[in-house]
Formats: sequence, C-alpha cells, structure tokens
Amino acid sequence: MKSTIALSSIIFTVGILSIPMVWSDNDFRWEKIGNKSSALATTTNPVYKEECGSCHMAYPPGLLPAKSWNKLMSELEHHFEDNAELDVQTAQSISQYLLTNSAEQTHSRDAVKFFQSIESSQTPIRISDIPYFKHEHDEIPQRMVIKNPEVKSFSQCNACHAEAEQGYFNEHEVNIPGFGQWDD
Amino acid sequence: MKNTILLITLLSSFITGFAQAETSTVKNLLTVYSTQGATTADAQQGKLLWQKTFPGKGEFVDRSCTNCHTDDLTQTGKHIKTNKPIKPMSPSVNPQRLTSVKKINKWFKRNCKWTMGRECTAQEKADILVYIENESKF
Repeated sequence: MKSTIALSSIIFTVGILSIPMVWSDNDFRWEKIGNKSSALATTTNPVYKEECGSCHMAYPPGLLPAKSWNKLMSELEHHFEDNAELDVQTAQSISQYLLTNSAEQTHSRDAVKFFQSIESSQTPIRISDIPYFKHEHDEIPQRMVIKNPEVKSFSQCNACHAEAEQGYFNEHEVNIPGFGQWDD
Repeated sequence: MKNTILLITLLSSFITGFAQAETSTVKNLLTVYSTQGATTADAQQGKLLWQKTFPGKGEFVDRSCTNCHTDDLTQTGKHIKTNKPIKPMSPSVNPQRLTSVKKINKWFKRNCKWTMGRECTAQEKADILVYIENESKF
C-alpha cells in the first residue's frame, strides 16, 4: 500500500514537473512561467503607447531591428499611407525606447528568429515582410485575414493574438475572428 | 449616504474641470488663430469642411474627416486603415476632448495633411474647433 502511494506521488510529481517541458515549444509562455526577462513584453512605455498606439497596436519593439526602427522613425510623414508626424522631442524619446528594446537587444528566442531571418542587405519596416513572420503565417488562407473584414491585414496582430501587445504570440492561443481557434 | 454625496461632488468637479479645461483650451487656440489671420470662427463652415471629400492617392482616393471619425461626432470612429476604434470627438460625450493644446496641434497637423494634402489654415482650424465644441447644436 505504502509503495503504491509512493509510486503515485512520484508519477504525480514527474507529471507536474513535465508540464513546462510540454510547453517548451512555446517560447513566450515559457518565458512567462520561467520569469525570464522577455524583451518582447515591453510595450509599456507610456509615450510609445500614446503616440503610436492611438492608431494601431503598439508593436513590441523586439520585432524589428534597430536599422528598421531608424528608417521607420525617419519617414513618419509617410507612414504606411498615413501621416504620423511627431514633434522632435517626442520622436527622440520614442526612438530611444525602440532602439533600447529592438530585436538585437532581446534574448527571446522568437525575437532572435525574427532578427536572424532578415538578410543583412534588407531593412524591412513592415513586420509582416520579415521572412520568419511569413514562414510562421504561410498556412493561413487569405479569407481568414486579408479578406476577413474583422482582420483586414497581417499587421493587426491583436485581431487573432489576444496578448500580442503584451508580447505573447502563443500559436496555441490563436483565435481568428469569424473562424475561431487556429492550431497548426 | 455621506460617501455617495462625496462621490457625486468629486465626479461633478471632475466633469466641471474637464469642461473648464476644454473651454479655456478652445478660447486660447481661437486667440492664436486670430493672430494668424482667422476671423470669427464659424461652426457651420467647420461642419461643411468636416464632411467635405478631398482627392487622395493610393489606397484612399476619397479622403474626409468622416473616413475615420464618421459624420456623427458623438459616435466612436474607426481608423480607416487599422480598424482601431477612435473615441468620439464631441466633448459632450467624451469630456477629455479639446483639453490639450498639444494634442489638438498634433492631430490638426497630421490629419489635415492626410485628408487635404496640406496643413489647414488658421480659419479652417478655428471653424472645425468650434464645430466639434458645439456639435450638439448642429
């Protein structure tokens, strides 16, 4: 009897301990549980959230390298067909935040994958143009995103990734409006 | 009971505070615009300008304030490109509107350039400002 209880306890403990290993294909969740610094989860800067987040999701700065942020910040007057001009002081403050937290500065595995997939000759300013992004989304049919009026574009991360602004892109928690759970 | 009275007092002072901030912000800006050539601000002209359509390039060929803000200032708008909700423009339903000179200047600059392809004149800004402020009367 005693040994049965002991054996059950061992099985139970091993089971509990293996939960994080089962989840280990998900870097962001792993970082959350492991309480490691997750540079992707840094859209907390109030100026960035106010100035950039009033028109679109405040993208985690770790999704683009410094050269991309520099390019983007130098072209705010023509910002993806919108005008997003800022006064010099505000622009400097935001640039500093973006560069301090850019892809090079993060140790999150997915941020590294984003960064490493970019050719050194390229300076993408659209996150959805990055090869790793494309690779991760290549199975999703157009009707679910581009032709889906509730999503419209791959730029609306938070339409399907509820915690995108917090830097979490768990592929098991994707919920496409009008189509529901997506799990590959 | 005492708490309720306190809460009501606090809430009303907040609302009054916003209303005062809004009135003085608009007043200050109208004074600035008058030094830049604007005559009396005309809310009716502001409304016409708000609803006017201007030719644009690329994805958005017909541009108007209403593209994102709708033609009802008390309603929540939606960014035409990103779908992001935009809080109502009218201070009657959104008391934080027209309380910051910095914000008003920023958005006038960006949005006039996007919509009309140029910055708004002092007169146009004055007209739009009083239209937004007094929307409920139009």
